[in-house]
Amino acid sequence: MTLLSVRHLSAGYGPVQVLSDLELSVDAGEIVVVLGANGAGKTTTLRALSGMIPAKGEVTLHGESLLGRKPEDLVRMGVAHVPQGRGTFPELTVEENLRVGAFTRAADEVVADMDRWFEVFPRLKERIHQAAGSMSGGEQQMLAIARALMSRPTMLLLDEPSLGLAPLVTQDVFERIQAINAELGTTVLVVEQNANLALGIAGRGYVLETGTIVASGTAEQLRSDDVVRRAYLGV
Amino acid sequence: MQLFIQRIFDGLQSGAIYAILALAIVIIFRASGMLNFAQGEIAMFTTFVAWNLFDVGLPWWAASVASLLIGFVVGAVLYRLLIVRLGGTHANPLAVVMVTIGLFLMLNDGAGVIWGTDAKPVPRVFGEGRVELFGAGIAVQVLGILAVLGLLVVAFNLLFQRTKLGLALRAVTSNQESAALAGIKVTTTLMVGWGLAAAIGSLAGTFTASSVALDKNMMQVVLIYAFAAATLGGFDSPLGAVVGGLLIGLVSELVVGYVDIVGPDLRLLPGFLLVLIVLLVRPQGLFGTAKVGRA
Repeated sequence: MTLLSVRHLSAGYGPVQVLSDLELSVDAGEIVVVLGANGAGKTTTLRALSGMIPAKGEVTLHGESLLGRKPEDLVRMGVAHVPQGRGTFPELTVEENLRVGAFTRAADEVVADMDRWFEVFPRLKERIHQAAGSMSGGEQQMLAIARALMSRPTMLLLDEPSLGLAPLVTQDVFERIQAINAELGTTVLVVEQNANLALGIAGRGYVLETGTIVASGTAEQLRSDDVVRRAYLGV
Repeated sequence: MQLFIQRIFDGLQSGAIYAILALAIVIIFRASGMLNFAQGEIAMFTTFVAWNLFDVGLPWWAASVASLLIGFVVGAVLYRLLIVRLGGTHANPLAVVMVTIGLFLMLNDGAGVIWGTDAKPVPRVFGEGRVELFGAGIAVQVLGILAVLGLLVVAFNLLFQRTKLGLALRAVTSNQESAALAGIKVTTTLMVGWGLAAAIGSLAGTFTASSVALDKNMMQVVLIYAFAAATLGGFDSPLGAVVGGLLIGLVSELVVGYVDIVGPDLRLLPGFLLVLIVLLVRPQGLFGTAKVGRA
């Protein structure tokens, strides 16, 4: 069943058009990856989906239209976005970051949810009273993901979770994303340059070039596609 | 000795007023990264409104509380109507400076047109009583203002550390984009921040009026001292604003009182000399944070 459907999406910044006629869809419970080089429009795609920039086209979640709504309203509809560069609150402690993530939730559910994410990310529990800005890049990425999950999203948007992280840490982050998807059924749309790792956890993928989708298929199909291999897998 | 005690309390009284206005400045700076140069004049304006209410029969304390509420509305509306139009927190900071300076002049002239340019005597918020302290007769007014400052600090701490609104304000200050992505209504939160600041500023207005007299120019020197206090304390620290304000009030009073060459003509000098010396040693101010976090 289609959860997120994107048709004829175009968006950009002022007079600069970045995306044109972009089409993709994500089924409930899937992990879908959008591969693309720098400047292909990956971040812009997610920013358009979460209402951070104006966009035209047709975007629906559960059949409900998303375009034209503000980010703060989209959270309440079940969309959570982990922006590029982590998107934590550096001056706030780990606990406060998670509380902000639970802003749209009832107060009595917050502690139980927080405990659950402390189980998934034990490092966060060790650093519960530490300022987020003083943690390592990998820990901050984990915090950013946990922060987004505190809103109990149905659709999690991840913007290059591997950015700036050591390979082992990146692998760790991806494994946890996969585990969250498997256990909670949270649908994930992740945009990445690191095709190897992303295709490792995704069921399907798209290839984005200069603002439009140029290829799509299952993870295996993309892995064996010559163009993808040359451009994103370095083989 | 008695004179010394007297001067200490005089210094603390002016210092507390600087501290209150400095708190207002720091709240807005922390929440939105902007300086509101009209902060003092908004306080002056709401205090005149309070005086009108007093004039029609409200007790002065009730009128002061009313001016606080009016201040909240004025601050919130100012953010919504002016600052959001300029681009909100993405506004050009220089444009915001110009607009708030414009507002400063407008409110000052407006007050002159509406209420005239004569100073108006205003009763003391906490009455005319005096208490004996360390051998000196200290006005209850002074102690009352200090108590209010103390309450403000406690209330602020509770607000920012213990409430959801406080968490939202701090999240917006820290990372506005992620705050919106977490579901916080950024514009509404900043309206509340500007409202709170103006409400607190109004307190500085009623205290100034009831310590000296109500006059349309009464807040100008207070504003300059408040900026100095915020700078001394470290612009992003509410505690710094309070300590900075009290220190500047004390130092000014004592130096003017005891150093003969610093007569009333040079009375602005000691406070600013203090700011200069502290900044030379600690550029981020007494309690300010040099930017935290890893790149």
